[in-house]
Amino acid sequence: MNHLSLIIKREYLTKVKNKAFIIMTFLSPLIMVALISLVAYLSQLNNDKVRTISVLDESGLFLYQFEDNDDLKFETLSAITLEEAKNNVQESDVYGLLYIPNSQSIDSLAQSITFFSEDSPSLIVINDIERAVRRKANSLKLEENGLDAEQIEGLRVSVQTQLETFDGQETSEIGSLLKLIFGGISGYLLFMFIIIYGNMIMRSVIEEKTSRIIEVIISSVKPIKLLLGKIIGTSLAGVTQFMVWVVLLSVLSLVVTLIFGIDPGAMQADQMQALTEAGGSEAKVYEIYAEFQKLPMTNLVIMFLLFFIGGYLLYASLYAAIGAAVDSETDTQQFLLPILVPLILAVYVGAFTVIEDPHGTVSQVFSFIPFTSPVVMLMRIPFGVPIWQQILSVVILFATFMGTVWFASKIYRVGILMYGKKASYKEIIKWLKY
Amino acid sequence: MDNLLEANQVSKNYGDYRALNNVSIQVPKGSIFGLLGPNGAGKTTFIRIINQITMPDTGTVTLDGEPLQPHHIQHIGYLPEERGLYKSMKVGEQALYLAQLKGLSQAEAKKRLKHWFERLDIGDWWNKKIQELSKGMAQKIQFVVTVLHQPKLLIFDEPFSGFDPINANLIKDEILKLREEGSTVIFSTHRMESVEEICDHIALIHESNKILDGKLIDIKREFRSNTYEVGLVTENKELVAKELKERFEVAPATFKTINDELQYTIKMANGNPNDLLGYLAQQGRVTHFVEVIPSANDIFIQAVQNH
Repeated sequence: MNHLSLIIKREYLTKVKNKAFIIMTFLSPLIMVALISLVAYLSQLNNDKVRTISVLDESGLFLYQFEDNDDLKFETLSAITLEEAKNNVQESDVYGLLYIPNSQSIDSLAQSITFFSEDSPSLIVINDIERAVRRKANSLKLEENGLDAEQIEGLRVSVQTQLETFDGQETSEIGSLLKLIFGGISGYLLFMFIIIYGNMIMRSVIEEKTSRIIEVIISSVKPIKLLLGKIIGTSLAGVTQFMVWVVLLSVLSLVVTLIFGIDPGAMQADQMQALTEAGGSEAKVYEIYAEFQKLPMTNLVIMFLLFFIGGYLLYASLYAAIGAAVDSETDTQQFLLPILVPLILAVYVGAFTVIEDPHGTVSQVFSFIPFTSPVVMLMRIPFGVPIWQQILSVVILFATFMGTVWFASKIYRVGILMYGKKASYKEIIKWLKY
Repeated sequence: MDNLLEANQVSKNYGDYRALNNVSIQVPKGSIFGLLGPNGAGKTTFIRIINQITMPDTGTVTLDGEPLQPHHIQHIGYLPEERGLYKSMKVGEQALYLAQLKGLSQAEAKKRLKHWFERLDIGDWWNKKIQELSKGMAQKIQFVVTVLHQPKLLIFDEPFSGFDPINANLIKDEILKLREEGSTVIFSTHRMESVEEICDHIALIHESNKILDGKLIDIKREFRSNTYEVGLVTENKELVAKELKERFEVAPATFKTINDELQYTIKMANGNPNDLLGYLAQQGRVTHFVEVIPSANDIFIQAVQNH
């Protein structure tokens, strides 16, 4: 067996067999699902209470306008005064009292509706009440002005812009959302991967230094081979861990849903619903599927792999160089900062600028700078980036990668044999000339 | 003579610091070669160049007549001064891994490891982790992985540091045995006393320069100063002592004796020791007459001063 594969094998096996690694691999998804389920369960518990609201309508205009829903039940009071109603409500376990006074005009009526309750009601309750009042008040107002509410409704034009690029690709809002999710997930995944496994590589380099085995090893293999083997072996362990996480997470959430009837995905679904109010869920599913089909899958997958590998290796080699330059993990802080800054910047640019305008100047510039391009470009690509831009960015990324590997292996070669010296930036620059 | 390793005019700079300055060294086949010098003299740099961990700026190194190439690594076994093993890896796995990096097949490595573990009486450590072993035990493992691939050239950098006297002796015997089996050994140290026992050739490195090298016995001959330790039983000590001081360069000496005698170290500027012996014989009964052989330590100090 040649050296590189031997090193990769050892790095992989030590990582995978490490107790802490195994515990993390199996515990993290468990904790994650448990947490999400708990939050979902608690908010369900919170919502379970159906609140009853008494309505005292002196105007008589809002009879049967309030419809019961999952959270709220309405009962109409009649033939009592406001004071009596208040007392009644306070004595019973009714949540609150909605008082609609008699009034001359709809406008003043709309301003004088009052809701009495023990505590201040939640926004959802207020919204429900206001919506019902508004609907009725509107139609009354229209009637007052001699307009037919139904006619108006019929005259309303439903606007839905058809989005289409010049090469004839149709998109829609859901499509945009889908692209956002796809780009966001790949960008964030890369970010997490770099931080978790970059650190792991760094620690493994430090371990070899502190245990003083490094000189034994590099009297058998070239440092650059050790560096590469370390990066590849650790990455494979990372991929393994990620895959276990994905499988465990899906199995666990399925189990939780089946057994407890809690849907961890429900919360997100609620938010999705808020975004796309119109349309039945079946039609939506179909639309999502259709939009999914429209995504340039081949392009996405190829570029995802290229940017993921390039970006990860770029940072991994720097992490290894840091590991070689220091004597213990506590000394790494000053060197980690310059790595983390562009990485975090990339995520922020991705999260704010790209969402606002995927093809704006800032987004474009950052998708060419090699230290931010993997994250930013991955977020941009679903929105359609000209192929020449993608290729140019990949080329810049890999050219820089060559540069950092050269740089890292120089530091690595010298650094691993420097014991007990606290490295400074000045010192490291000197090493490049050795 | 047939040399296994030849370094010609090797220089190495680290930034502005010159770690080695035109060093040429020949290591004869089958010798135990002492690479001596104080800390920071450049020994480790030189050894790292042989191991191709660093490249010389100028000069060449040949192994068995060939310029150093990556494949030569298989023929070298190196025990660095800064040594260690993966703490959380099992002894057996670790030894196998390191042996395979040196080019042994897994099966062959296993066979040889079994043999060595029995030889050093450490067979039941196979499944232990290094962190469960004492430092001396770990050093034994380290020694085994250094020699396992039967290298032509063995390099030990301060091999006895960290060993207790019993294990140090054991390792010394193993080193001598390996030499008999055909290996050449380079032995780097700043502790001169260990040199006397096992080295047959030495080179002295001081402040990046080689200041002396050759066969230990030749060097000792070269550094002999025609000095003799004498013991003399005589009637009139004071007179003889006075006369001796007038005729020779005399320093007091002490050695074990059962006589009541004069004890001196006498350095003869030039001339035959027989003249001295003849003179002494006339003065009384000679009980002790030995040539003073310079120790490696003396040679080293003198060489540094002369340099």
